[in-house]
Amino acid sequence: MPPTEGFDCDMYPDYLAMYYKRIFPYRQYFKWLSYGQDLRTCFQKREFCFTLANDVYVRFLSFKDQEEMETEIKRRCPHKIDIGAIYTHRPKDHKTVTFFSPKSKELVFDIDMTDYDEIRTCCSGAEICNKCWKYMTIAVKVLDLALRQDFGFKHILWVYSGRRGIHCWVCDASARMLSQPARSAVAEYLQLVKGGEDTTKKVSLPLKLHPSIKRAETIVKKYFSEVVLEEQDMLGTPERWKKFLKLIPDQGLQDTLDRLMQQCSNSSQRWNIIQSEVTKAINKGDKKSLRKNLLTEIILQYTYPRLDINVTKGLNHLLKSPFSIHPKTGRVCVCFNPQKAEEFDPTTVPLVSQLLDEINAYDGDKSENMEEYKKTSMKECMALFDSFLASLAKDNIIQKAEESDKRLEF
Amino acid sequence: MEFGGRRALRRKRLEIEASYPCGLQFYATPPTGNVSLVEFDEMAFERLKILRAVERLNLSGHVKNSEEWIAKLYEEFAKNKFFIILAEKNTKSKTDEVQKARRQDHVSHFILRLAYCRTEELRRWFIAHETDLFKARFLQASRNGSDIRNFLITNNLHYTSITAEEKQSERENLVASSMNISGDTMEGMTFYKVPFLDTLELVRQRKVFLKQGYAYVPETDLASLVTSSFRSKLSHDMATTYRALPELDSDERLVRLLHNFDKRYTGKDYSSKKPEDMCRITPDMIDNLANKSFPPCMRHLNDTLRTTHHLKYNGRLVYGLFLKAAGLNLEDALFFWRSHFLQNMDVDTFDKRYSYGIRYNYGKEGKKTDFSPYGCLKIIMSNVAPGDSHGCPFKHTDAIILRQRLAAYKVSNQTIEEIMELVNKRHYQIACQRYWEAIHGVPIDAGINHPNQFFEESHKFLNGGVQPSQGKKQPEVKTTPSVMYSSQASTQSSQSSVTDTKTVLEEIAMCFDDDIETAMLE
Ligand code: SF4
Ligand SMILES: [Zn+2]
Repeated sequence: MPPTEGFDCDMYPDYLAMYYKRIFPYRQYFKWLSYGQDLRTCFQKREFCFTLANDVYVRFLSFKDQEEMETEIKRRCPHKIDIGAIYTHRPKDHKTVTFFSPKSKELVFDIDMTDYDEIRTCCSGAEICNKCWKYMTIAVKVLDLALRQDFGFKHILWVYSGRRGIHCWVCDASARMLSQPARSAVAEYLQLVKGGEDTTKKVSLPLKLHPSIKRAETIVKKYFSEVVLEEQDMLGTPERWKKFLKLIPDQGLQDTLDRLMQQCSNSSQRWNIIQSEVTKAINKGDKKSLRKNLLTEIILQYTYPRLDINVTKGLNHLLKSPFSIHPKTGRVCVCFNPQKAEEFDPTTVPLVSQLLDEINAYDGDKSENMEEYKKTSMKECMALFDSFLASLAKDNIIQKAEESDKRLEF
Repeated sequence: MEFGGRRALRRKRLEIEASYPCGLQFYATPPTGNVSLVEFDEMAFERLKILRAVERLNLSGHVKNSEEWIAKLYEEFAKNKFFIILAEKNTKSKTDEVQKARRQDHVSHFILRLAYCRTEELRRWFIAHETDLFKARFLQASRNGSDIRNFLITNNLHYTSITAEEKQSERENLVASSMNISGDTMEGMTFYKVPFLDTLELVRQRKVFLKQGYAYVPETDLASLVTSSFRSKLSHDMATTYRALPELDSDERLVRLLHNFDKRYTGKDYSSKKPEDMCRITPDMIDNLANKSFPPCMRHLNDTLRTTHHLKYNGRLVYGLFLKAAGLNLEDALFFWRSHFLQNMDVDTFDKRYSYGIRYNYGKEGKKTDFSPYGCLKIIMSNVAPGDSHGCPFKHTDAIILRQRLAAYKVSNQTIEEIMELVNKRHYQIACQRYWEAIHGVPIDAGINHPNQFFEESHKFLNGGVQPSQGKKQPEVKTTPSVMYSSQASTQSSQSSVTDTKTVLEEIAMCFDDDIETAMLE
């Protein structure tokens, strides 16, 4: 099913109005962004950005409390909502204060399917399907584990962007307080695939593999043959394998392999040959350009998460908010469980239009006084979000206690 | 720190005998005791020369903290007989002299703190170079087998080391995380467990084992760890000193001295000298202009000339023509080049070998054409061989060195990242434009296409307060975000030129994830 089927752009404003009126989870949303803290130090200094009709952007919005936010969202019916940083002052006053700068924000990651175009054959550009989505599954598995095990973060929210990417919001207090240099250090630690169009070889590893890379390797190897070889068939045609072979920095070996490729009948056979030939050549040791970890480098180039690290580094970068609707697809930006990333299917994510139908169908049978989203397929996503909030709440209390302790000391 | 006063005088004697057990200092507490004004001045000046030596070395293209870098630095120290050499002596003999040098180290550091805490820019310069100096000295001390442990204890630097059991259970991870550790060398080695925030450089380079937010730093990487404590402590202290400054202001002599010091040594004293005529520059203005208004390519040529007193043929050609177009006349040019080159040769040699080339640039020799200066494209396309200093730094300089150089030019980390990103994409001139904007704090719509244009825009902006060439095109289309968001924004940008519209789009797109960029262009 193409992503936009069943969604009529012309009707979008009407759907939106209903969505904001009946479904948008204001209470939980507000609870999340206030982090159990004094509204003046936290929520009121948070930047929101609305995208209105005709791509008009309204930046530096901020709200006093849940009520004001709710009223404003309903009134302006933004086609898209973005979340920015917590600033030194209330963003809506940004023009009247002299020293206005971002202070804290969730640590965020953005992974976009378009960055995978060179390693997928099923779709390109804005399209996605269940086959290439597996790259996103791999990305979630690798990053989620790294953030938890290496950095000790606990409150991690994974969100589907509504079209062709995923966002990750790390919400631990320690993550929100990270300085800009710290963010860029974390981002670079997690970035392995580097270089644009003109770089053929995008992964270079040192002789010794860092434990985080070994762990990533173990994860991605589980997917390599299914995703890269079978489904994407990356060695399926001469054109594809020629591109693949370019990663081997030895012309002679490339030529030999090119010849051998033609005798095989599928990608898996070809990969077996590449593996054994490259290993042989490395062991022989007469070709200096062939480094010990070449095969791992190749595997990682075809599987490791491709991060847009500028989004992570910048403190003032905006990122599309969870529960916003994607203006081009009409899909809700729902959160999903990283433990069950492989079960997440972007093509069945609720459409804004569908949600309203679901409510009507539900109400047709009986009319109950309950939160409306519970009558829709957003139910599951909200259950996940609720449990995310519950565990966050425990740490919010600790953080608040620590802060008042600090205040007492002075 | 006190100046004058009897009490201080008495304390001084005790002080000198007891203190300075180590050659290396963390400057935890200010010195006490009496310092004469002359002494004060001398010490400060010497330390400034030391920091300048660090700065020069960073600009020279050696990889920071490499063996070579440290060796060169110590060569310089030895050559000038700076107190650092003596202060780091381990011998038991001549203790008095060593103690005196250590005290100089101590006092001079604190004097410069006072002089350099006044503006953000000065603070940044001071912190960066003191940190580099500290790391170099720490590495040098570790290499010489000095008592690092003693230094750590004296300065209360406690890093929790991991237990033998933990070391055993993480053995494999620890070995895999550092290049220079093997199963064997690991045995006697200590590992420290610190929050990962305390060792960002190692994290960034994936050179340390991380677990649950803690970094396990082997003692071989202790220098990074201690240096990062040093830096954060110093920047905290500098801010405190700055806030305490009004109190010091009551001592008038001191204030005058510090102020004077600022003027004499921090390189600010040319700023009052404005050229009558925009199109005329003189040799005495060049160093100051180079720092403020020259593009990186020319600034580097000037730095090289200033430190080595020499430039190779192409460098002389490119830089000579640039200076000519910037307004240096032939007479002044001859004087300028001579003054540098004479440090390596006598007048005769200079006149024979080099003055011809200079006159040639001005169309007075050979083909007698008035040559025009090189534009960006020509510089970017030019062939740069090892040892050459000309070329476009964004294209011809290795990333690691370019980063260092930009940091030395006081470009903020964030901007450096942006610039490196552009360099990666081979947008050298846009990178240069970002650099221009970073040092001037305003956008330049015209972009950068010629080193002389870079310079002229800068000069114009700094002297006339004129907005850089934005012409009649409404600057608010780009600069004030609010305009973009009002409903007029779309009409306004559609009226202006294509480039402007693109800039607005780019600016908006920069703030969002990629999804929206395409959405907008569709
Ligand atoms: S872009 Fe032009 S002005 Fe800028 S550094 Fe390169 S050559 Fe010099
Ligand atoms: Zn696909």
